[in-house]
Amino acid sequence: MSKIVQDLRYSKDHEWVRIEGEKAYVGITDHAQHELGEIVFVELPPLGERYAKGEEISTVESVKAASAILNPLEGKVLEANEDLDGSPELINEDCYAHHLYVLTDCKLDDYHALMDAKGYEAYLNTL
Amino acid sequence: MVYPYIPHTEEDRKMMLSSIGLQSIDQLFEGLGEELQLSDSVPISHGRTEDEVQRMIDSIAQRNVRGIPFLGCGCYDHIIPATVKSLSSLPSFVTAYTPYQAEMSQGLLQAIYEFQSMICEITGMDVANASLYDGSHAASEAASLMIGAKRKSSTVLVSSTIHPFILAVLTTWAKGTDRTIRILKEKEGVVDLSILDAELDESCAGLIVQSPNRYGLLEDYSSVSETLHSHGCLFAILSDPLSLAIQKSQAEWGADIAIGDTQSLGLTLAFGGPSCGYMAVTESLMRRIPGRIVGATTDAQGRRGFTLTLQAREQHIKRERATSNVCSNQALAALMTTIHLSSLGWSGMVEAANQSYAKAHYLAYHLAQLPGITLIWDKPFWCEFPLVFSDAKKMRKFLQELRNEGIFAGVRLAALTRQAKDELVLLVAVTEKRSREELELYLAAARRVMK
Repeated sequence: MSKIVQDLRYSKDHEWVRIEGEKAYVGITDHAQHELGEIVFVELPPLGERYAKGEEISTVESVKAASAILNPLEGKVLEANEDLDGSPELINEDCYAHHLYVLTDCKLDDYHALMDAKGYEAYLNTL
Repeated sequence: MVYPYIPHTEEDRKMMLSSIGLQSIDQLFEGLGEELQLSDSVPISHGRTEDEVQRMIDSIAQRNVRGIPFLGCGCYDHIIPATVKSLSSLPSFVTAYTPYQAEMSQGLLQAIYEFQSMICEITGMDVANASLYDGSHAASEAASLMIGAKRKSSTVLVSSTIHPFILAVLTTWAKGTDRTIRILKEKEGVVDLSILDAELDESCAGLIVQSPNRYGLLEDYSSVSETLHSHGCLFAILSDPLSLAIQKSQAEWGADIAIGDTQSLGLTLAFGGPSCGYMAVTESLMRRIPGRIVGATTDAQGRRGFTLTLQAREQHIKRERATSNVCSNQALAALMTTIHLSSLGWSGMVEAANQSYAKAHYLAYHLAQLPGITLIWDKPFWCEFPLVFSDAKKMRKFLQELRNEGIFAGVRLAALTRQAKDELVLLVAVTEKRSREELELYLAAARRVMK
């Protein structure tokens, strides 16, 4: 059973979003990290660039696949999690404690359109 | 009927057909409809015997004219040690294709690993791939890499001094896509970098230049990488790898991508191919470089071994989002380059480059003394230089007279570019292989014609 955290929002592409003030933290879910297997590299997005909802923003590479991360809400990249540069396995260890990047100036409508924990759990059960 | 290359007998075929419930092979094609099937046999001849073919080829070969080549333009007659042919002819190498059952092929993987290491050493870059098909291919892959690395970019700037054939391949690369090749103009035989900053706009992904360039001239790239990087653009330099023994390497110019063709390192002229492309990049582009990469590793028992690595970039894993559709390399030609470099060593490479330089400059200096010939543009060159003739008639006579002496005097630039402005330009290449006697023979004939 995949771990789901209560106060986050989720996309159908298995990204989670956490809003803190003006910032939106984006990461991948436990289901995603489990499906990918051992993660060996995370390509982080360039700072200052604006990405639309659904646009490819990053790549997570595992020993068996390279998956595109589709940005779950529109915003401007404020920060990329550089801890992942040398230690991409942090995502396997605790995917909710280690985000991929932080957005600012976000479109909140996109955020509200995402699933809550209950909705995501129901969605996972349909897969 | 039994054919020489098809092992099945009539008996075998009957067995196979009966096991799928058919009487004849033609039944397999019934679904195609009659209009698509051949009614007659294919109109080709019955072929010739081995001996007849041998004679035919011999008589074609006899039409070749031998001469002392002063021809270059991307394909140079350098000395190749005998080790290259004898070692690369080993059956285990000749039959080896790019490693698909990779870990089964430790010998080939090691050879590729050595090739990559040598390319890194020569270019000064961090990561090289297992080779590409040729220099033009490397240039087009560099263009793809640039566009892929910069969001929303669509244009690659290319120096007008790049080899005409490479430019043609880049133009094809862009054709029918939303990508554009934009030419950066030249001034006095070298790329005009004073206009670079003004040319760079949002759509530009990077710049590709060449040194020695299409005229054989060496270009100065001071502060180019800074200008490009300040616009978020990448910088690729295409160089004859042998020239890097005496000129600044791509890394020393601050380039992000080093590309070129390894023909000058152990590959014969062979009518212009097959050749071998190289590409090396900085560490930050490691996951964007196309093609195969061999890495060193240790096996479960702690022994040193080699393996294909960083394959997540490649299309069998990344599918349509792969950085490139290259799934192979130029294994045998890359091996020849590797053996060539191992035989020469760094000092041998420097010597070959230095001798080419000295002999080319000797010939250029003396030719420039003759009336009706000028060494255009006062720019540094290495082993190839552009001469301009005062008139076309003189130039034709020059080429003909030297040809009569058994000398291929040079390549007419217009033959490559088909441009009127290049009509009077002759490109002369001199390698370390040309002897003093050959140079004097050239000069004596030139003096007779141009007096």
